[in-house]
Order: sequence, then C-alpha cells, then structure tokens
Amino acid sequence: MSPISTPPLMNKKVNDFVVKFANVNGSGSASANSMFAKAIFRMGIPVSPRNIFPSNIQGAPTWYEVRICEQGYLGRRAGKVELMVSVNPQSMADDVNEVCEGGYFFYDNTYPLDFKLIRDDINYIGLPLTQIVNATFNDPRRRQLFKNIIYVGSLSYLIGIEFSALESIVADTFKAKPKLIEPNVSALQLGFDEAKKAFNEPLPIQLERRNKNDGKIMLEGNAACGLGAVYGGATVCAWYPITPSTSVAEGFEKYANKLRKDPETGKNNFAIIQAEDELSAIGMVIGSNWNGARSFTATSGPGVSLMQEFLGLAYFAEVPAVLIDVQRAGPSTGMPTRTQQSDLLISAYASHGDTKQVCLFPATPKECFELTADAFDIAERLQTPVIMLTDLDLGMNEHICDDLEWDDSREFDRGKVLSAEDLDNMDRFGRYLDIDGDGIPNRTIPGTHAEKGAFFTRGTSRDEYAIYTEKGEAYQRNMERLLVKWKTAPEYLPKPEITNRAASSSSSGNGIGVIHYGTSMAATHEALDQMSADGVAVNDLRVLAFPFSDEVKAFIDQHDQIFVVEQNRDAQMKTLLVNELEVAPRDLQSVLEFNGDPISATQIREGIENNLKTDSVVKSA
Amino acid sequence: MSFIKPSFRHPSAPTNALGLTTQAYEGGISTLCAGCGHDSISASIMQAVWALNIPPHRVAKMSGIGCSSKSPNYFLNKAHGFNSVHGRMPSVTTGANVANRDLLYIGVSGDGDTASIGMGQFAHVIRRNLNMTYIVENNGCYGLTKGQDSATADEGHKSKKGKINPFESIDLVALALELGATFVARSFSGDKDQLVPLLQAAMSHKGFALLDVVSPCVTFNNHPGSTKSYDYTREHVQAGSVVDFVPMEQEITLDQIKGSTQEVALHNGDSVRLSKLNDNYDPTDRVNAIKVLHKHKSEDKLLTGLIYLEPESDNFHDILNLPETPLSQLRENTLCPGSAALSAINTGLK
Ligand SMILES: Cc1ncc(C[n+]2csc(CCOP(=O)(O)OP(=O)(O)O)c2C)c(N)n1
Ligand code: SF4
Ligand SMILES: [Mg+2]
Repeated sequence: MSPISTPPLMNKKVNDFVVKFANVNGSGSASANSMFAKAIFRMGIPVSPRNIFPSNIQGAPTWYEVRICEQGYLGRRAGKVELMVSVNPQSMADDVNEVCEGGYFFYDNTYPLDFKLIRDDINYIGLPLTQIVNATFNDPRRRQLFKNIIYVGSLSYLIGIEFSALESIVADTFKAKPKLIEPNVSALQLGFDEAKKAFNEPLPIQLERRNKNDGKIMLEGNAACGLGAVYGGATVCAWYPITPSTSVAEGFEKYANKLRKDPETGKNNFAIIQAEDELSAIGMVIGSNWNGARSFTATSGPGVSLMQEFLGLAYFAEVPAVLIDVQRAGPSTGMPTRTQQSDLLISAYASHGDTKQVCLFPATPKECFELTADAFDIAERLQTPVIMLTDLDLGMNEHICDDLEWDDSREFDRGKVLSAEDLDNMDRFGRYLDIDGDGIPNRTIPGTHAEKGAFFTRGTSRDEYAIYTEKGEAYQRNMERLLVKWKTAPEYLPKPEITNRAASSSSSGNGIGVIHYGTSMAATHEALDQMSADGVAVNDLRVLAFPFSDEVKAFIDQHDQIFVVEQNRDAQMKTLLVNELEVAPRDLQSVLEFNGDPISATQIREGIENNLKTDSVVKSA
Repeated sequence: MSFIKPSFRHPSAPTNALGLTTQAYEGGISTLCAGCGHDSISASIMQAVWALNIPPHRVAKMSGIGCSSKSPNYFLNKAHGFNSVHGRMPSVTTGANVANRDLLYIGVSGDGDTASIGMGQFAHVIRRNLNMTYIVENNGCYGLTKGQDSATADEGHKSKKGKINPFESIDLVALALELGATFVARSFSGDKDQLVPLLQAAMSHKGFALLDVVSPCVTFNNHPGSTKSYDYTREHVQAGSVVDFVPMEQEITLDQIKGSTQEVALHNGDSVRLSKLNDNYDPTDRVNAIKVLHKHKSEDKLLTGLIYLEPESDNFHDILNLPETPLSQLRENTLCPGSAALSAINTGLK
C-alpha cells in the first residue's frame, strides 16, 4: 500500500531514536523483543527497553518501547516514536498515531491496511509476515513464535542491528537446547532477506556500534533484589504473589537454587514460603528475624496496606525485617501494571500509633542489589523493619547498570546481638535498655543461654527489662528512646547523592536545586543536563534513604528554589520533607507525574521551567 | 505484673533427667482471674516440658492476643516468648520454626484468636504440617474483651447476658482433621491426668499437633446455660481414648499393653499408649475419627483424648528440604556466594 502523498523525509538519526513494538499479550513476543534490546546492548549502544502491559494474561495489547540514546540517558523519552513495529491489528489505530512525523510504521501487509489508518505524514513499510510464516511453518504455535523472530530479523536489515549480535544471543539463549539455535537463526535470516528484498535501502534511523556498555550489564531490578537477598544472607523468603513484585521472590529462588544448595547433601540453605496472604508473609518474616535468621518479603501497595499491623509490632518490639515494595499505581487495585512512587507515606509511617519506618530508594538494578544486601545489615543494626521502595519500571524492566560488585571481606552486620558469653559477662540483661546512648538496645536470640537473656517479646508496653507495664513514664521513656534510635539511623543509611552543576556562589542567589528519588533519577539528570547546556544550571540531590540525613536539609537551605520531582499525585516526598525537616511547604515546589508511565525528562524540564523564579537562576559555567 | 515468687521448695522435690525441678520451668505470677482454665493449662505445660527433659531455654513460646495468649508469660520464664498480634501466631511461628528447627515450638492461642481472626493462618499452618504444638485454650468467648461469644460457642449456648447463640459453632478438632492435621487431640483444662500426657505426646510429635483444650472462663462464661462452663464440661466429657505417654527409654512390659490398650510409636521412638474405652477405636484412622467425632457431637458429648495421629509424615522442614543445621546458624561462608560467583553472573548478563 502506498500513501497518498509523499511524507516528509526524516533526517538520518544515528543511535538516537525510539522503536515501539505493539504486540498481543501471551503471543511469545517477549523473548523476541528482549533479543532486540539485548542486541543493541551488545553493540555497545545505551538502550532502555520498557514493557507496557495490561493486567491480563492473554489477548490484550502490550507494547515494548525501546529507547536508544547515544548520550546514555536511560529514562523514558516522552513523545512520539520514530519506528512503530505493529504486530497487533487490535491496537493499530492508536499505534499509527504514535508515530512521529516522517516516522515509520512497520506492519504485516498480508492483509490490506484499513484506509482509516493512513496518515500522509508517515511512512508505511509492509512485509507479509503472516504469509511468510504460513509458507514456512506448519505448526500454528511455531508460526506465532517465529513471526516475532522474523520481524527482528527484518529490523536487523532496516535499522542496522548487527546480525552477529542477534546470533550470539540466540546461541546464549538456547545453550541448553542447541537444536533450537538453527531454526531461530534461520528465522532471523529469513526476516532479514525478506526485508532486503522488499526495500531498496535501510531506514534513516540507524544503529552504529559503540563501546559504551563496557563494564555494564542489563538486568531487571526485581532479579537484582533477589540476588541481593542471596548475597545479603537472607535465608527465609515469605511472599504472596502480586504484580509487580512477584519476580523478586522468583529471582531469589532462581539464584538460591543456583548458589545456595549444599553441594554435598543437596539440602537448601534457604526457605521460600508462598504464604496464604501478605499478613502471613510479613508475620513469617518477623518470626524468622526474631529467631535469628535473615528474612524478607516482597510485595506491592495492596500488600503493604495489609502488613500495617505487623509493621507496627516490628517497630515497637524492635524486630528486624526487610520488606521490598515494588510500587505500582494505586489507590486500591489502581493500575496494577503501571508504575508509580505512591507508597511513600504508607511506608514511612506504616502502622497505627506513633511509628516511623526506615525506607530505602534504589534507582538502578545495581542499587537494588546493593541496597537489598545492605537492608539486612541495617534492619539488624537498627532492630527495625527496613522498607525498600522500588517500582514497576525499575523492577520489571531490564536496565543497563554497572557490573555488580561484592567485597569478599564484607561480613554481615548482625548488630547488637548478645552471645551466651556476653550474657555471662553482664549483670542483668535489659532488652530495651539504652546502654550506648544511641537508642539501640541489646538483643538476644531465642535458645542462646540456659539461664539468661530470655524475655517476652510483645507489642504491649514494657519497661527497659521487657517487663509489662502500663506506667506512663516507662512507656514514654521507651517511645523517646525509639526517637533517639531514629536519630541514630542515618549513620547507617546510604547518603544522598548530590550533583552540582552550578558554580557554588552567584551574585543573583544560590540557584535552583532539585530533589528526587528512585526511578526519577535518569529523567531528572537528563532534564537538568539539557537545561545546563542551555544555560540554566540546576543542582540535584537524590534521596536514597529515610530518615533523611543532614545533607538533605543543608541542600534545601543552600538553594533559593527547590523542586521535588516525584511520580505520585500527592507530593508524598514533599510531605515527608516538610514533616521531618520543618521546611515551609511553600519552599518546595512539586514536579509531579502520575499517569502510570515512567516520568520523562521533558515533563521534568517543563515542570521546572514553567515555575522558575528568574532571580534564582544561576547561569551555567 | 511480675511478682517475686517465694523460692522455697521442698528439698526432695523430684528432678528430671536434666537435674531440674519443676521450679526451673515456672513463669511469672499469673494475672489471669483466679480459677481461669488457662492457668491450669499453663501448669500442665510446665509439667509436660519438665517431664520430657527439655531444657527450658530450648522452647519458644508463641502466642497471639487474648487472655490465653498472655499466658505464656506465666510458664517457662527461661524460654523466649513472642506475644504477637491477634490471630497471627501461626505465621510468626512458621517463620521462627523455619529459622531454627532445633527449638520446641509451643503455640498458645484462644478460640477467638484461632477460630475467627486467625482462621486463615490456622488452616494454613496445618496444611504446612509445621512441627509445633498448637494449643487452643477454648473458652467459647473473648475473655480479654469481656466475654463476647466466639465462633466456638455452641449453638443454643446462653451468654452471661442471657442471649442465646444462634450460630453453628466451629469445631476446631473436626476442622483440623479435615485440613490434614497429623496430630489432633482434645482435652479439658480440669483434667490434668489426661492433658499432661497428651501435651507430652503432642510435643514429641514431629509435625503439626493440635490440642483443643476446653478452658472455662470463670468471669464471663461459667454460668448455667453456658456450654463451656466447668460443670457443663464435666458432665459432657467422654474420654474416648485415655493416653499414656511412654518415653523411649521406658521399657514396655507385656502386662502394660494387654487388654484394651494400643501402642502408637511416635517418630522419635517415643510412643503413646492408649487405654481405650472402645476397643474398636483406631486413632490412626482419619475417616473413622471424623465419624466418631460427629457421632459424639450429635449425642451432645464432648469427645476428648487423642483423636487422630499420623506418626510418620513429612513436616515443613522435610518439605522445604532444609539442612540439619538451623538456617539461623548459617554464616557468611555458607550464605554468601562471593565475588567470583558474582562476576560469573555479570558475564551472563551482558
Ligand atoms: C486486630 C485486633 N482486633 C481486636 C483486638 C481486641 N481483642 C483482644 S483479645 C480479643 C479476643 C480474644 O479472645 P480469645 O482468643 O478467645 O482469648 P481469651 O481472652 O478468651 O483467652 C480481641 C478481639 C485486638 N487485640 N487486635
Ligand atoms: S476473663 Fe476469662 S479468660 Fe480472661 S483471665 Fe479471666 S477467666 Fe480467664
Ligand atoms: Mg477465648
């Protein structure tokens, strides 16, 4: 089919465009798509793929949006795409409209395109994919699977994916089933050849080999959390299935099976319990940690809601626990397969009564790995739950990050756990007695000593020696000690990451600062780098933990204008900053994005530029 | 509250194999109402653990919320206890138990804690065949919140305020049998002779053991018309199989097993000897046990004693394929795969 008039030509773009695939859920497109992104990664080009999928198992439209960015910005790029690979007739109308002017719409032209779908400002490139697979394969399942592989082969010709990169992925993928290598490579070749036959020349959007991915890997945040739990010494994982956190437990299981089976006995040096609900999952985690094993759970918003009562118990009884919350769009069931950062407040102040919970905010898979491992140390050191907040974007998509590292001399920090010998050498053990002035008391593990150290762990008030009391002063002393511990906490938490783009002093003021956390990082850095290049220098601080360390308040004080970037409606991080640091609410301006898509640099830049006070602007050096 | 107890003991108080008198198994002074059935159960628990020669600190006392759940504070002071949240003792115990298989787990719950808010966790801990003794101190009411009917209150039972319970009661023993529990027994707080050996057998059982113990609440549910009062229970109890717990070392003489007794070996070599009222009752027959239970109920009788026992079954540790060493004792060298394994993982992610 040929368009009515000639669409505008696209200038040649090398390593800087977006390709979006429109697939059908459950059609086996996932592996073909990830092969596409992985091949670009292996060509040394920065790439960030994202799944956009419905809460449905089969039949509904899904998309896979792949941003290729020479400069290395891995956040989502908003706006229309240069190339749409349309394999789903159901969503075609929307998909056609997603293509930018002069862009390309790649589709299966076995059947004619509905004339309503014709735009005269884009290019249609058709290949008879269905016809090709029907002619090549008899089995319907194979037809479906290989259709996906074939279009990847065609793209190899059209946008310059090195064929050898694709081949190497096929070889790695089917290492265990070498019989499957040849048919997959043939399908790729078929797609390549058919595209070459049909089109005189490749598209103006092209990939060119670089070496930007040396020392880097591509990994999903959830898998990284699972691996971090293995390295952090977790032995008990109790969980209840919920998108988008399920693959944390699955990641732990995969790596534990590989790395934690006793080579001699075949026994599991770990336990994975699929609980009956999230209440039970967190209950198990608390029971294990109380009894001296490192244990964690992973869930999403609805699960965190259910865990509230137990989180209060762990806070008040001072039992370590690690909870990974892979956030999704709430409230209620909300948009269960879309991303958001909207569980901050329910986590930070989880449970009734005066409670405050330690939170961590990783931004990359590498940080998911590291902070998960750290979370166990922190939880035991502070004897309190640690809630790590990731999100669907980070958890369920593959992201490029630096190689994972581990220091073999590292030991687990078990905190103030008393041994039988310690107990022998002390007078009276006081479970809730602050001996060191840091608010952190000594702890004993059940079964340690025949005569000393036993006590009754409870959520009711008690004195320093764990004896039940309803005396107001004793209760209050304990609550105040918990605040002392809270003040100690930042010492053991990751520090914020500050990037200064503006010269430190300026006649016109101290300029603009942006505070962000988690997966808003990539887009924030991109937006601020762009602004800096355009002459407006903006500093940023990325929060990695709650409670905040002093640097956060100092950063706010040092800038004339502060923006807080977050992916929720209610400015939850701003609320926390206002509440905990006694910042005047009007001194923090929000840049909010909460439609379920990962935030983009364009949105952040707009949010800042539309609200800039001219006297706080500092020109970049 | 914790008073200092008088520590005077008769010099010739009997000691167990560890050389300990029962004093070593005591707890703080109870703050429960005088005459509360829960206190008698605490006394029986102390007696059973003492008789089993288990060092007190090798026990973990687990509970939910309620008068019953407070009671672990009143026995085994040298053991750690965890008074968790209402209805969630099973999950906390599951986590604790998986972390350290070497302790003895005694869970104490109430009928409210188990049969209402905790019903889900109760069902699932049974399914997992967790190696624990689960004691329901069953008084048919919520003692701690001042006597409301619980889900185990019998239909037709009259509350202290004179209201007749219109709802069918939940029989936890029948439910446990249905859910596949591997040790199911019922007893009465007032029958120490039956309760202590049952507790010993339950604690020796390698798997999930339920003990539903009728334990009258003297303050809110001991009046005429109550079906969980001392009087009513005494009148309606029918001890189906009277249990005698036989430790491994004790030789069994022919004389002892003749007649209407049956010997059931436990996993660890100990055994339970049943003197039976009915020669045909085989406590290893689950289907029959359910039938007999229903029959007693229809006759308005409370069947007590060992009702069902499956001596050999895979408990949760076996199912999880856990090592002999408790998970809580594994250290970095076993748990952390190290940098070499990590660099291999990195290679696979390129
Ligand atoms: C979440 C929650 N809901 C309600 C309560 C109030 N509550 C405390 S004990 C109890 C009932 C206890 O009944 P039972 O388990 O039978 O124990 P008993 O006091 O009769 O021994 C209730 C409803 C609570 N502590 N927590
Ligand atoms: S209220 Fe009832 S259950 Fe609670 S302590 Fe008193 S008698 Fe026992
Ligand atoms: Mg009760």
